[in-house]
Amino acid sequence: MSWVTDRFRPGTAVRTFPHDPPHHTRLPRYARGKRGVVVEPEGPAELADVSAQGRGDAPVEQIYAVRFEARDLWGEGDHHVVLDLWESYLAEVPDDER
Amino acid sequence: MSGDHSDGAVARRVRRLETLLEEKGLLTGGELDETIDAFLSGASPASGARVVARAWTDPAYKARLLADGTAAVRELGFMEGAYQRLRVVENTETTHNVIVCTLCSCYPLRLLGPSPSWYKSEAYRSRVVREPRAVLAEFGLRLPDDTDITVWDSSAETRYMVLPRRPEGTETLTEEELAGLVTRYALIGTAAVQAVTTPAPSRSVPRPGRAAPPASPSPAPARSTD
Repeated sequence: MSWVTDRFRPGTAVRTFPHDPPHHTRLPRYARGKRGVVVEPEGPAELADVSAQGRGDAPVEQIYAVRFEARDLWGEGDHHVVLDLWESYLAEVPDDER
Repeated sequence: MSGDHSDGAVARRVRRLETLLEEKGLLTGGELDETIDAFLSGASPASGARVVARAWTDPAYKARLLADGTAAVRELGFMEGAYQRLRVVENTETTHNVIVCTLCSCYPLRLLGPSPSWYKSEAYRSRVVREPRAVLAEFGLRLPDDTDITVWDSSAETRYMVLPRRPEGTETLTEEELAGLVTRYALIGTAAVQAVTTPAPSRSVPRPGRAAPPASPSPAPARSTD
C-alpha cells in the first residue's frame, strides 16, 4: 500500500480534531482537541469511521501511536496515555503554538 | 460510541441465527462450536508467558520482540491474528505500562486468552486512563512515585502486551519455570511478576472501582500451568 501517505514523523507535535461526528469513530471523546506527540506509524488500515457504516469506500490511512500527557488530557496527573489514531484525526501543531 | 457490554439481546440473536443456519442446512450441528474451539486453541496466557520467558532468557529475541512483536511471536508459533499488529511494551525500573481499550474491549486474545471480566468493565476502562496509579494500587500494585506510567489505549488495529520485569532471585530458573511465574495480569500490566508462585488461598481479586459491575466473582489471577 505504497500510496498511503505518511505525513507525520516520530516526534511531530500534533493536535487531534475536536469534532463529535454523528457516526462511529475511534477517536475517544477524552482525546478530542488535545495535543500529543507522534511515537511511530503503525501501518495503514481502512478508516473505521467509514467502514463501520458498512460502506465499501473507506479510505486507507496511516495509523499513528500518539503519546499524550495526562495533564493535557485531564488537567492533572503525571502519567502518559498512548492512543492509536488514524491520520485524518490529526493536524500538525504549527511551530509558533508549541 | 463506546457501548456497554450487556450481551443478553446479542446472545439471543446469535442463538437464533445459529438455529436458522442449521435448519437451512448451511451449518451442521456443532460446526460453529468446533470453529470457535479451533480459534481459541492455544489462546491462553500460557502463550504470552512463553513469549516473556523467552525474552527474559534470550536478549536477541527480546530485541526482536520489542522491535516487531508480530514477527517475534510468530517465531514461537503464535499468530496474533491475520492483520492485527502486536506491539510489546517493556516495563523497566523506571517505567510501567498498562493496557486498556476505552472504546470497547480490544485485547491480544491469541496470546492472553479471553480477557478478564473487569477488563471490559466501564470502571476499569474509564478510570485507568485517568488515574492509573490509583487503579493499580487497588490491584495491589503500588509503584514508586517516580515511576513513569504509560497507559496504552488500543483504539485501532494494534494489540498491546506488556513485557513485565523479571523478578530478582530467578537467575537459576529454566525458561519453562520462568514462564510458570508469568500471570495474565502481569501481561496486562495490572500486576508484577513474583519470584515465587504462592498458592492463592481464596484471595479476593481487587475490583477497579466504585462502579464495578455486579459480575460473578472473578477467578484468582490465572497462573500459567504448562
